[in-house]
Amino acid sequence: MPDSAFAPETAASNASLRAFLHGLPGVDEVGARARAADLSTRSIKTTAKARAIDLAIRMVDLTTLEGADTPGKVRALSAKAVHPDPADPSVPRVAAVCVYSDLVGVAVEALAGSGVKVASVATAFPAGRAPLSAKLTDTRRAVADGAAEIDMVIDRGAFLAGDYRKVHDEIIAVKEACGDAHLKVILETGELATYDNVRRASWLAIHAGADFIKTSTGKVAPAATLPVTLIMLEAVRDHHAATGRRVGVKPAGGIRTTKDAVRNLVLVNEVAGPAWLDPDLFRLGASSLLNDLLMQRTRLTTGTYPGPDYYTLD
Amino acid sequence: MDQIFEYAPAPESRSVVSLRDTYEPFIDGAFTPAATGEYLTTANPADEEPLARVAVSGAADVDRAVAAARRAFDTVWGPMPGRERGKYLFRIARILQERSRELAVLESLDNGKPIKETRDVDLPLVAAHFFYYAGWADKLEHAGFGPRPRPLGVAAQIIPWNFPLLMLAWKIAPALATGNTVVLKPAETTPLTALVFAEICQEADLPPGVVNILPGAGETGRALVAHPGTDKVAFTGSTEVGREIARAVAGTDRRVSLELGGKGANIVYDDAALDQAVEGIVSGIFFNQGHVCCAGSRLLVQESIAEELLPRLRARIERLRLGDPLDKNTDIGAINSAAQLDRIRDLARSGADEGAEGWSPACELPERGYWFPPTVFTGVTQAHRIAREEIFGPVLSVLTFRTPEEAVAKANNTPYGLSAGVWTEKGSRMLWTAERLRAGVVWSNTFNKFDPASPFGGYKESGYGREGGRHGLEAYLG
Repeated sequence: MPDSAFAPETAASNASLRAFLHGLPGVDEVGARARAADLSTRSIKTTAKARAIDLAIRMVDLTTLEGADTPGKVRALSAKAVHPDPADPSVPRVAAVCVYSDLVGVAVEALAGSGVKVASVATAFPAGRAPLSAKLTDTRRAVADGAAEIDMVIDRGAFLAGDYRKVHDEIIAVKEACGDAHLKVILETGELATYDNVRRASWLAIHAGADFIKTSTGKVAPAATLPVTLIMLEAVRDHHAATGRRVGVKPAGGIRTTKDAVRNLVLVNEVAGPAWLDPDLFRLGASSLLNDLLMQRTRLTTGTYPGPDYYTLD
Repeated sequence: MDQIFEYAPAPESRSVVSLRDTYEPFIDGAFTPAATGEYLTTANPADEEPLARVAVSGAADVDRAVAAARRAFDTVWGPMPGRERGKYLFRIARILQERSRELAVLESLDNGKPIKETRDVDLPLVAAHFFYYAGWADKLEHAGFGPRPRPLGVAAQIIPWNFPLLMLAWKIAPALATGNTVVLKPAETTPLTALVFAEICQEADLPPGVVNILPGAGETGRALVAHPGTDKVAFTGSTEVGREIARAVAGTDRRVSLELGGKGANIVYDDAALDQAVEGIVSGIFFNQGHVCCAGSRLLVQESIAEELLPRLRARIERLRLGDPLDKNTDIGAINSAAQLDRIRDLARSGADEGAEGWSPACELPERGYWFPPTVFTGVTQAHRIAREEIFGPVLSVLTFRTPEEAVAKANNTPYGLSAGVWTEKGSRMLWTAERLRAGVVWSNTFNKFDPASPFGGYKESGYGREGGRHGLEAYLG
């Protein structure tokens, strides 16, 4: 079983985990919002904007998570992930395609050799309400089918009830089931109620072995807000300062425009630092965002906006 | 390119500002040449390029302005019903909003402060101040100053260079709302927005003489303060000049309000929300290059977290972007004048000489203009000059404390008493501390936040009288 980064005596009980998590510095909500708002006034233009757009495209986890998903839709999305703009081969490919676990095989086949990874949500996404054995089966199946990344959800009910040990141990068990696959831990911050909880859940997930911490499933509002992403970036920054290990951050849900994406990149740059400006350490979970990035990219290179009809709807 | 994501220059356009070559005093509703025939040149502190020639008003101009203000007070503005005065103030507030981009750019040009601040802080507050006091104009009998509060008459007002238009708003809006007329002298290095404000008074059809603007330097201010035809002197600036004004007005029946220097303490307890405290420390001392009378220039940090806090603070300061004030991504602009830069340099030198340890981030200063890097001194004691004297620049002195009693004792151990900040997640400790701080403003888990509804002013040598809020009316009512 992979080790928790907590000392055994800390991980042993809810009381000791609580002592650690509630001993973290608090988050002043007004101040956190003000900082995020201040950073969102950064003006990213011309060459900086062009670089930011290409970087954002390389960070996209192109996502489809609908009950009505079909193998055909996943194949179409995969084709788009490799060549986001068929008319312009200079557009980089996205980071990953993110699907439900039963469609992993389809995506793996479609993306073979492309360099685009397959990510799968697992562990009874989005609610996380299932027995651990079912969550692990779900995870193992996705990994066996070729998923390189697993996006799991935490048990928010347990977290809010103070059962930190359950959340912690589940993450460790899923991490083990992942094998070599990377684990992204979804905190579902829209259900955590306070920024203090976002910070605590971030540290809990990081210590339990998360490779990435992710804001949201996209099924709950509010999803990824700038202050929440800010607080998660602070957590990975501080964890790196303490241990030397870099954990990634993935805001997901509600990031629809190039402006949203650029604001996220500014946060990464000025909060966690430029080392995180890399698809290995920052992802944008999105679907409609990609088309807006492509449109803005064309606008920068040609000076005109092509209509939305020139980009595929998925 | 080693920086993956280096921000490209994002300059705000200067074209919204049309500068005249020469500006004259605004007296009795018109720009009329100064009797002195003298001019000074106001320059952009970011590159030392001259912006305009501005008249130096003399004693004869002061006489004319005071006479015009008296006439306007006696015949138009004093007798006018409050609701009519309010309409003029609302109109001025709206024009300020309409012209806010122009005024923000002009303020950045003349003062050197970043456009981000003039656009997002100064100008919104300027308009808000006029809107706020416009609302009071017809409700003065409900303000708690008696059933029929009366204006004083003609107010002489002298404002500093750090927030030129905002300080004008703090002075003029309450004076006009209460039925006074004004003669205002802007600072020698930053007269331009006040003169554009004079244009706005014309645009708003404000009756002639209600607002008079006399650009000039120290002599102009002295003549205005000494003028027996004024009923009230309101001053914001240094404690040294404040003393001079108090002496000049002593023994007369003229009223005085003074808003002077400060050496604000920012107290960070060990249970503070650290990341936000770091933000508050940064905005407390580096907002407006530290040219802020209520700046949090003394950081008092509980010793148990000093080692954790200081590296975070330094890392945050390294992210500050210093440079062209008109670039929308600039956090730290230029020092306002060569004289101020000399003063900052002198005090920073004394910090090093007296044994404190100075630190600045690696940051390139532009070759032309007046610049000083953000600077943090650690190992500071209460005896050091940098812990006692107002530096009025981007220089932070860090001291530590062990107990809450020590924090309060150190915070209050200053001749000033304008502002303080307290950072703790524990409500009872916040209240305990705030109760004991002798400062006109105590910010709780924030710093340098302003609102027209909130009174502002000092204890001890930071001055007397309050500006802003209902309290701010009192300075202009008899």
